[in-house]
Amino acid sequence: MSTSKYETVIGLEVHVELHTKSKIFCGCSTEFGAPPNSHTCPVCLGHPGVLPVLNRQAVEYAIKAAMALNCEIGDVSKFDRKNYFYPDSPKAYQISQYDQPIGLNGYIDIEVNGTTKRIGINRLHLEEDAGKLTHIDGGYASLVDFNRVGTPLIEIVSEPEISSPEEARAYLEKMRAIMQYCDVSDVKMEEGSLRCDANISLRPHGQKELGTKAELKNMNSFRGVQRGLEYEQYRQAELLDEGEKIIQETRRWDEAQGKTLSMRGKEQAHDYRYFPDPDLVTVHIDQEWKDRIRATIPELPDARKARYTSELGLPSYDAEVITSSKPVADLFEESLKYTSDAKSVSNWIMGDLLGHLNSTGQELSEVKLTGQGLGEMIGLIEKGTISSKIAKTVFKEMLSSGKLPQAIVEEQGLVQISDEGAILAIVNEVIAENPASVEDYKAGKDKAIGFLVGQVMKRSKGKANPGLVNKLLVDVLKQ
Amino acid sequence: MSITTKDVEHVARLARLNLTPEEKETFTDQLSAILQYAEKLNELDTDGVEPTTHVLHLSNVMRDDVVKESLPAEKVFLNAPDEEDGQFKVPAVLE
Amino acid sequence: MSLFDLRLQEIHNKLHAKELSVSDLVGEAFEAIRQKDERIQAYLTLDEAGARAAAARLDNKLVSGEEKGLLFGLPVGIKDNMVTEGLRTTCASQFLSNYNPIYDGTAVTKLKQADSVTIGKLNMDEFAMGGSNENSSYHPTRNPWDLSRVPGGSSGGSAAAVAAGEAYFTLGSDTGGSIRQPASYCGVVGLKPTYGRVSRYGLVAFASSLDQIGPVTKNVEDAAYVLQAIAGYDAKDSTSANVEVDDYVSALTGDIKGLRIAVPKEYLEGIDPKVKEAVLEALRVLESLGAVWEEVSLPHTEYAVAAYYLLASSEASSNLSRFDGVRYGVRADHGGGLLDLYHESRSQGFGPEVKRRIMLGTYALSSGYYDAYYLKAQKVRTLIKRDFDQTFEKYDVIIGPTAPTTAFQLGSQVDDPLTMYLNDILTIPVSLAGVPALSVPCGFADGLPVGLQIIGKAFDESTILRTAHAYEVHTEHHKQRPVL
Repeated sequence: MSTSKYETVIGLEVHVELHTKSKIFCGCSTEFGAPPNSHTCPVCLGHPGVLPVLNRQAVEYAIKAAMALNCEIGDVSKFDRKNYFYPDSPKAYQISQYDQPIGLNGYIDIEVNGTTKRIGINRLHLEEDAGKLTHIDGGYASLVDFNRVGTPLIEIVSEPEISSPEEARAYLEKMRAIMQYCDVSDVKMEEGSLRCDANISLRPHGQKELGTKAELKNMNSFRGVQRGLEYEQYRQAELLDEGEKIIQETRRWDEAQGKTLSMRGKEQAHDYRYFPDPDLVTVHIDQEWKDRIRATIPELPDARKARYTSELGLPSYDAEVITSSKPVADLFEESLKYTSDAKSVSNWIMGDLLGHLNSTGQELSEVKLTGQGLGEMIGLIEKGTISSKIAKTVFKEMLSSGKLPQAIVEEQGLVQISDEGAILAIVNEVIAENPASVEDYKAGKDKAIGFLVGQVMKRSKGKANPGLVNKLLVDVLKQ
Repeated sequence: MSITTKDVEHVARLARLNLTPEEKETFTDQLSAILQYAEKLNELDTDGVEPTTHVLHLSNVMRDDVVKESLPAEKVFLNAPDEEDGQFKVPAVLE
Repeated sequence: MSLFDLRLQEIHNKLHAKELSVSDLVGEAFEAIRQKDERIQAYLTLDEAGARAAAARLDNKLVSGEEKGLLFGLPVGIKDNMVTEGLRTTCASQFLSNYNPIYDGTAVTKLKQADSVTIGKLNMDEFAMGGSNENSSYHPTRNPWDLSRVPGGSSGGSAAAVAAGEAYFTLGSDTGGSIRQPASYCGVVGLKPTYGRVSRYGLVAFASSLDQIGPVTKNVEDAAYVLQAIAGYDAKDSTSANVEVDDYVSALTGDIKGLRIAVPKEYLEGIDPKVKEAVLEALRVLESLGAVWEEVSLPHTEYAVAAYYLLASSEASSNLSRFDGVRYGVRADHGGGLLDLYHESRSQGFGPEVKRRIMLGTYALSSGYYDAYYLKAQKVRTLIKRDFDQTFEKYDVIIGPTAPTTAFQLGSQVDDPLTMYLNDILTIPVSLAGVPALSVPCGFADGLPVGLQIIGKAFDESTILRTAHAYEVHTEHHKQRPVL
């Protein structure tokens, strides 16, 4: 493998579905998962004679997103028709924006391997989504569902300033976080409300002009984006090593096969014949409107991250992980109303909470844990009411029931035993029953103490204060 | 500006039209004549002239984000040439 | 004498006096259609059952004394590019020969609210592309004044039906003259409102930045009534204007003293001398009523046709892309994949003129040519609009002929699209400027009607109606009827 000989140049096109209630040009619902074609009307089915009427909320979400991505917002924006035939496009043109998009010249900062890099955003424009095709009859026919047609989308085109698949993933994750903070989209890759295509090319280090690019599609997860680009980077490097030419083409990432496949032959040369849509009028975005929208943008992930590191003393890595999801960061902040130990909250979130979500594939919204619960639980540990070990049990219970820790502790009798007399009784029992371990300990095998502690904890059903157990065991053994 | 049969074939492909050899010939001649006539416009100096997309200078015509009732299936599919399982059926995208 | 020769007020008086019923009016329409339409061929689809049922409902209203709409009981024919729920709408195209609309357009809804009765759908040039009705994929419509001649187009069916008494009034649509030119050829009144005055929702788009719906009637007063009923802002059409609708009927005062008329010299050049004579005679009548006229210049007139065909065809090429055989319309038997379905359905579904304009528009928008054609044409449009703006700074109306000639022989121009396009030289500039204009009968040349075009300021339909009405009450041309 010889990627090191080459510099990788990646540009991403990200599509984000805006979560308006109704479609961008008609009143049909945008709700996900309805029976096929049940959210359609003459307008979104492209019947003869219909006309589009623009959804104000979609425009405002797009402006808000563009502002959050540090874009310049034009004073005048307009809609154009992008003409192409495809069964998922009822009018055979997509209403999109060509030369006067909502936003231009923005950027986002990403962090990879501890360094921050700024990635330029070329443009952000508003457009309508297409329908959904399902292939049937062994691939000889397709079924078309037009429910998704007309869902408002923003397309965000990055500058070709991304230098590795890892950066691409970081860019996409940051993009998701920003959209989530702005509350303009559900940004769920698995439901298609966040989608990503990539352009990738390689060039020898030092070469000025860009190499021939491939357009990569069908990367349906963050991991898929990274893996698809890694594969493509490798494929192109091999070709270049062998002195072969890269063909400019669209390639599809095949998750199952773990490779990218050419879509050659399925695409015609495109000539979209953009022209201003005569059915729609221009959008003038005056200062007052801009100010009003800007005021609705909440603190964004970078600002939160900075606050967590400077004010709360969180390590940069922790702050990055926690702020990359708004609900997680909100939970973090809620917890801090009940405890002042930010690092401890962070540890619980990054370890037990995210571990649980990862292993179960759940969303944070699907578990019942509250910030109050987590904060109070940490308080109980600090006070010695429960041990860290018991806290794990309490935490699990909070995930499933959402009850507060005090209640869980009381219901299940989980209060830590810190009464020396009670613990000493158990210690004496354990010592009496395990003469061999006692001998080992006395013979200098310090490890044996661990076994004895474990026996005491087991007998106390985990409730004995582990510090006290340790101390009393050593005291008795040394006598 | 005169256009060639090749141009006509290209445009027909973009417009998803099949043309017979006679149609190609006729359209090549007729479109050439029309475009030649359109050359007239170049007599006019339009530097600095704003293009007119709309004669009315309307802007910011927008609706509130309110959900309206969608169509019942019998209307959605009333004119459908082919339908299966509540969806429009088309042959596969073989190009 | 047909019932339809009565003025709207007279009909309403007779209905109130119970001398007449709505069913009588509807019966009159279908009787005329039975007698004449085999020769005229104005209609594509009739809805006799629907019309008779509606008439019965309205007759009940007459008995019960409920409130009645502005166009109460009047039989109307609708150009077949306006969708009518449950009533086949073809745009005179084979592609839509089986299309059963699932909604009503706004103008159609407003007609229903005004209590008119839909008789059927009227022939036209396919997708409104043409000026003779010869581009209908079903059959050409004949001019009631001379069956060997065209009725004009594209609203040829709308104009012929009114001239032949096969409807009390009709709706047409005008993109580059498609209401005014057939009105002129058929000796009836045709009004193209200001762009944005009547909602386009439900009008099958040809060129979205130019299309307007308007009335075709036997006299100016009726045109005022119909416009009153269909005009106004519509939230379903982003390009419809939120401008107050005048009271058009009360604008018909008969008084045009001091009216300042501009007559563009370009509109009198190269036209049939007999047409010119009829127009000059009309100007003398207007002068005698106290108006003053002066010759002016609209210097960019000669560029209008070229700009129009580039713009309208470009928009059309995109507007007609939705006819792909996936969701509605005739899906052709095709050999295999999706591309075949598209190509075959569209090639079999569209006639030659539609294909020609789709080809022209696709070419004009294609990569590398946009600036030279589409953008250039949009800029020329600006210059043409300025001609009108400047003229209207000094004048109230602009007057000229509606068309350079009277109705031509069927088949005489079909092989030469460019010559055909030049028939619209006097109506196209008005469409590009977006201002209102009407054609009112102003005499005959060799037994064929001549139309006078009266053009007004944007949203000033009242003044052109008032002018036309004043002219009409002092002349007899509009009372002439073709012998059938």
